[in-house]
Amino acid sequence: MIKINNLQARVEDKEILKGINLEINPGEIHAIMGPNGSGKSTLSSVIAGREDYEVTGGSIDFEGEDLLDLNPEERAHKGIFLSFQYPVEIPGVTVSNFVKTAINESRKGRGEEPMEAREMLAKMREKTALLEMDKSYLSRSLNEGFSGGEKKRNEIFQMAMLEPKLAILDETDSGLDIDALRIVAGGVNKLRTADNAVIVITHYQRLLDYIKPDFVHVLYNGRIVKSGGPELAHELEEKGYDWIKAENA
Amino acid sequence: MSDEILDEITASDYKYGFTTDIESDTVPPGLNEDVIRLISEKKNEPQWMLDWRLDAYKSWLEMEEPEWPNVTYTKPDFQAVSYYSAPKQKKELDSLDEVDPELLRTFERLGISLDEQKRLSGVAMDVVVDSVSVATTFKKTLAEKGIIFCSMSEAIQEHSELVRKHLGTVVPKRDNFYAALNSAVFTDGSFCYIPKGVRCPMELSTYFRINEANTGQFERTLVIADEGSYVSYLEGCTAPSRDENQLHAAVVELVAMDDAEIKYSTVQNWYPGDAEGKGGVFNFVTKRGICERNAKISWTQVETGSAVTWKYPSCILKGDNSIGEFYSVAVTNKYQQADTGTKMIHLGKNTKSTIISKGISAGKSHNSYRGLVRVGARAENARNFSQCDSLLMGDQCGAHTFPYIEAQHPTAQIEHEATTSKIGEDQIFYCNQRGIGTEEAIALIVNGYCKDVLNQLPMEFAVEAQKLLEVSLEGSVG
Repeated sequence: MIKINNLQARVEDKEILKGINLEINPGEIHAIMGPNGSGKSTLSSVIAGREDYEVTGGSIDFEGEDLLDLNPEERAHKGIFLSFQYPVEIPGVTVSNFVKTAINESRKGRGEEPMEAREMLAKMREKTALLEMDKSYLSRSLNEGFSGGEKKRNEIFQMAMLEPKLAILDETDSGLDIDALRIVAGGVNKLRTADNAVIVITHYQRLLDYIKPDFVHVLYNGRIVKSGGPELAHELEEKGYDWIKAENA
Repeated sequence: MSDEILDEITASDYKYGFTTDIESDTVPPGLNEDVIRLISEKKNEPQWMLDWRLDAYKSWLEMEEPEWPNVTYTKPDFQAVSYYSAPKQKKELDSLDEVDPELLRTFERLGISLDEQKRLSGVAMDVVVDSVSVATTFKKTLAEKGIIFCSMSEAIQEHSELVRKHLGTVVPKRDNFYAALNSAVFTDGSFCYIPKGVRCPMELSTYFRINEANTGQFERTLVIADEGSYVSYLEGCTAPSRDENQLHAAVVELVAMDDAEIKYSTVQNWYPGDAEGKGGVFNFVTKRGICERNAKISWTQVETGSAVTWKYPSCILKGDNSIGEFYSVAVTNKYQQADTGTKMIHLGKNTKSTIISKGISAGKSHNSYRGLVRVGARAENARNFSQCDSLLMGDQCGAHTFPYIEAQHPTAQIEHEATTSKIGEDQIFYCNQRGIGTEEAIALIVNGYCKDVLNQLPMEFAVEAQKLLEVSLEGSVG
């Protein structure tokens, strides 16, 4: 599905990604872990196409297309979704209006007809129920006055509505209490199919108890320095990141 | 449904619009008493009307063009303007192919029907023959309720006493420089009277008024809501209005008698000038309403046009328990300048006013909010809430807020909130990531920002106004 090859990127003059290699197939869940400042959020921003980051080398192939040639909205139309670590507020724009616009703009981008109002409504009902959200969410201004947990849940709600091929969850667990974490993770699991894939970016093992990864990668100093199965996450939980740092000093 | 009605109305507008006699005479440029006598004579006005005009003219001669607004422009040469031009047929084009493609694109974005496009750009249309036109039906419905809705010229002829009683009672002849000029030379406008206890069953729109086309640059509007009545009045049009007149100095007066309510909504989209700011309309308007006991006046405006806008729809809250509201969105782009706001004059007891102003500045424009809240010495328990928000797009525009508060009663409660914000790159990226392109993202964010005001507009108007905001801000983020 996605093949990242020797990806290098910097912000202003600071080199952050120094050659990332990663391949993800449909149906897989990959966790990317690592200490603060290792480049995890940069990687997600670069995949989503944020302009502040300058790609200085390497490539990202998404289903046979060079992703780096596309602007952020075109990447979204192809099925890339980023659950933001810090979702922004848009006052006066309701969740339902925002999601409706997002779905229909994506459809337009793919040359499809807008979704019928009835179908949209039914889908919103279904997905709010899936994430145990009250329907009143839909008529609130996007993220305005939302608690940290509500913001994250709202990100996953949008993911459920947009049905992306590749979802990147950037520290979705931060700011969530244990109940919210269970609901959000449960939602992600229910949305899993043989055709889509998920990248989970996290500091902690905690989220991975709920969303079971097939692969775990450790990002340190702009490179993936270690890859393995779910057991790697447990090892990191026990030992911390110091041994990784020591190995790569 | 709107398209059908529009089609029918515009068709009938056309049908009746050209039944008026086409006079060929135009008064040579310049202003003096003879010109005013001539205007009055041409319009076959009663003596009192002529005297009123002459009196206004004398006041105007002694007044000076004000310089306090936060705008700069070359002052008009009042002797170079022709003050009376008989209704003349616009030059007709044979098809839409002859119309500026840029204008057509804008029409399309606004969702304006083909026939309406033709009417607005002056293309000859086939008259759609319809035995019962919508406009006629409306007229009939209004007549049954005793509602008068006609041109000011017609009102001066047919309802002389009503006009004479109320004209100039809210905006006196010598109120200000442009109001005095308007009083002396106005050529037409709208008149509306709602009888006691009548709730006007439809939104009164200038769309529905026949012979509307030639109101000219000095428009005069008078709306009278008698005791316990209600009316919602829509003024303007979202379609870009090209006009050869550079100066527009209208006066609007609203009279809300005891227990009456007037809702007055405006969408203003006069030509703002080209990309360098040349050739746009100067829009210097005086709008004011007076509320008697328990009455309510609500102004809602969406201002996107004109090179220079200068207007303050105001409420005099004379009666006890009366309510004044002002909801405004003012957009400036390119080199546009707007100095707009309101005055809420609390005179009666327990009077309440609300001001919600949303300014959006883009390009190299300047956008000022100027508002006065005055609580008089007898206005016990007066309340005001004002919220003035400014949204900046880019780093070459300006937003300014000039609130004036004068309270002469110790029980007055006046609240003023103001914010200034920019559309953040992170907001745009967030939208982009969800598949929403940058232009659409800005439209979405701006519409969200203006929601409190747009919600006050009648449904159909609100939808048009939303699209208008999008079009006005197109290409404003680089």
